[in-house]
Amino acid sequence: MQDLSDMIYEGKQKIWSDYQKEIPDDNWFYVRSCIRQNFFPGSEKAFLDICRGDLGKDIFETEHHTTCGGIAYHCDTIPQETAMTIVARQFALMTEAGYDNYVCSCITSFGNYIETLESWYEHPELEARIRELLFKATGREFNKPKYIAHASDLIFKFRFDIAAKAKYNLINVHTGKPLRGVEHIGCHYGKMFPSKSVGGAEYPYVLCGMIEAWGGEVVDYPERRHCCGYGFRQYHIKANRGYSISNTRKKFESMEPFAPDFILTNCPGCPYFLDRWQYAISEMEGKTYGKGGYGIPVLTYEELAGLILGYNPWDLGLQLHQVAVEPLLDKMGIPWTAEDKYKGLDGKDLKYPELPHWMKCC
Amino acid sequence: MSKLYDELCKDWRFVEGLQTCINCGTCTAICPAAEFYKYDPRKIVDTVQRKDDAEIEALLKSDTIWYCGECMSCMTRCPRSNAPGKVIMALRNLSARLGYFVHSEKGRQLFPLTEIFKENILKYGYCVYPDTFSWEDHQESGPVWKWHTEHLSDSLARLGANWRGKGTGVLRAIPQESLDELKSIFDITGGTERIEAVEKYSAEKAAEMGLDMEEYFRKTFEECSECHFNN
Repeated sequence: MQDLSDMIYEGKQKIWSDYQKEIPDDNWFYVRSCIRQNFFPGSEKAFLDICRGDLGKDIFETEHHTTCGGIAYHCDTIPQETAMTIVARQFALMTEAGYDNYVCSCITSFGNYIETLESWYEHPELEARIRELLFKATGREFNKPKYIAHASDLIFKFRFDIAAKAKYNLINVHTGKPLRGVEHIGCHYGKMFPSKSVGGAEYPYVLCGMIEAWGGEVVDYPERRHCCGYGFRQYHIKANRGYSISNTRKKFESMEPFAPDFILTNCPGCPYFLDRWQYAISEMEGKTYGKGGYGIPVLTYEELAGLILGYNPWDLGLQLHQVAVEPLLDKMGIPWTAEDKYKGLDGKDLKYPELPHWMKCC
Repeated sequence: MSKLYDELCKDWRFVEGLQTCINCGTCTAICPAAEFYKYDPRKIVDTVQRKDDAEIEALLKSDTIWYCGECMSCMTRCPRSNAPGKVIMALRNLSARLGYFVHSEKGRQLFPLTEIFKENILKYGYCVYPDTFSWEDHQESGPVWKWHTEHLSDSLARLGANWRGKGTGVLRAIPQESLDELKSIFDITGGTERIEAVEKYSAEKAAEMGLDMEEYFRKTFEECSECHFNN
């Protein structure tokens, strides 16, 4: 007769196996993110440089792909059929390029693509209708992707390859202890269709796996899974931004006692809000959440992977963060120069941003 | 059977989002909007499943359906596999189509949203693009972003972007033939019809309020009454 503890262990193994993803190794059709291109442009460049240059992978991009329409869709400005037909056009571009693995740089897009495919699976007549609409609008036809990944899934898959090439890691060079990170995976990565994400909604592991593989320690805190506060129309309309900052503030208040060294993010929108609202709260309340009057540095996963591999912080675009990242760079032992931070190409002088009233910046 | 309920049933999100609600309130407990606004997704789903035309019409004309942030946390937690967030999307879709959105302050915000995304998608091929993202309307993005927008071309060049450029890359110009395809998709799938409906109902409301469309845009983009909030 099987022991109860063995049964519990086997049960947990089965649950965990439901949340694993067999991510293909190579040959990806890549689509960009509206938000990431605007606010973290260095991150998309770093992703391609890492995948193509450091890891030798085939990642194909066509200039003809467009927005997936996800933000407009979740701001309720376009009908579902319009959003789905834009998605279908992206799939047609993938098909024409000869690929069947599809990787996107945005969590809203990831949710949009998965929702589309799941809806078509449940309602084949809807897929037939969208195929008809796409052909009528563009003359294009498409195959559905065999696999859809978020770009972080690839960095997660290759996290040990990156660790093997690491020039720096997540160990505090002053204390020898692991740096402590909080992670934020973004609602539409796992909350809508948990089986499509690494670790699902209950045990999301895509960012934890990176932090652990690169020497750091993941810090749990009560509001870890709370939304970053984007809320689509709750940010894009100026009158609604109280919703956004209130929800983000709730997370900061919850993580503050655990004194994280950094925040790592998955979705391109979340780092914008987690970074900018720290500044806004400091201006409104004089409150800062890092040590010594600084904020808590917020990174995209591409920025962190780039730092680990030894990329120049200012070529990654870390100067575009309002919260200074230098305290984290110092802990990782990464050299940086203030003179180079706000320069253009070939050292062109672009002057300096003004300083916030309360939050310290280097 | 309610006519408005029948209309909702034509929306796939409604079909997928509402099985049978047991009114447990789990969605409200997990909802970020319910903590901030006078908002209770449990009550909305309960109202809808009563299939009463007058109640659904009142909902479509209310601020209530516009409080949700569509994070879909409710979808994860519902013990009966409902998705109140998807029900909200179907309600908003119907409110937009019928012109009921102009009856509420939060509903009227659909006009500036529509104008923002219409321009960004059909002119640039992006939902957000530097040419239309003004620092003045987003001052919370801080002095660093002000600096970035003042040195946009140089700052983006340093990061390897291809802003307004040909070919692939970050913030490239989307080729005109691809923008033409997007426009065609909007025309054929109801996207253009939706834009025109929102603009038509908004113009009527602006006239009723004695505002020109620029004044109406600013008012709906910036106006925030205190009646919406908890506490």
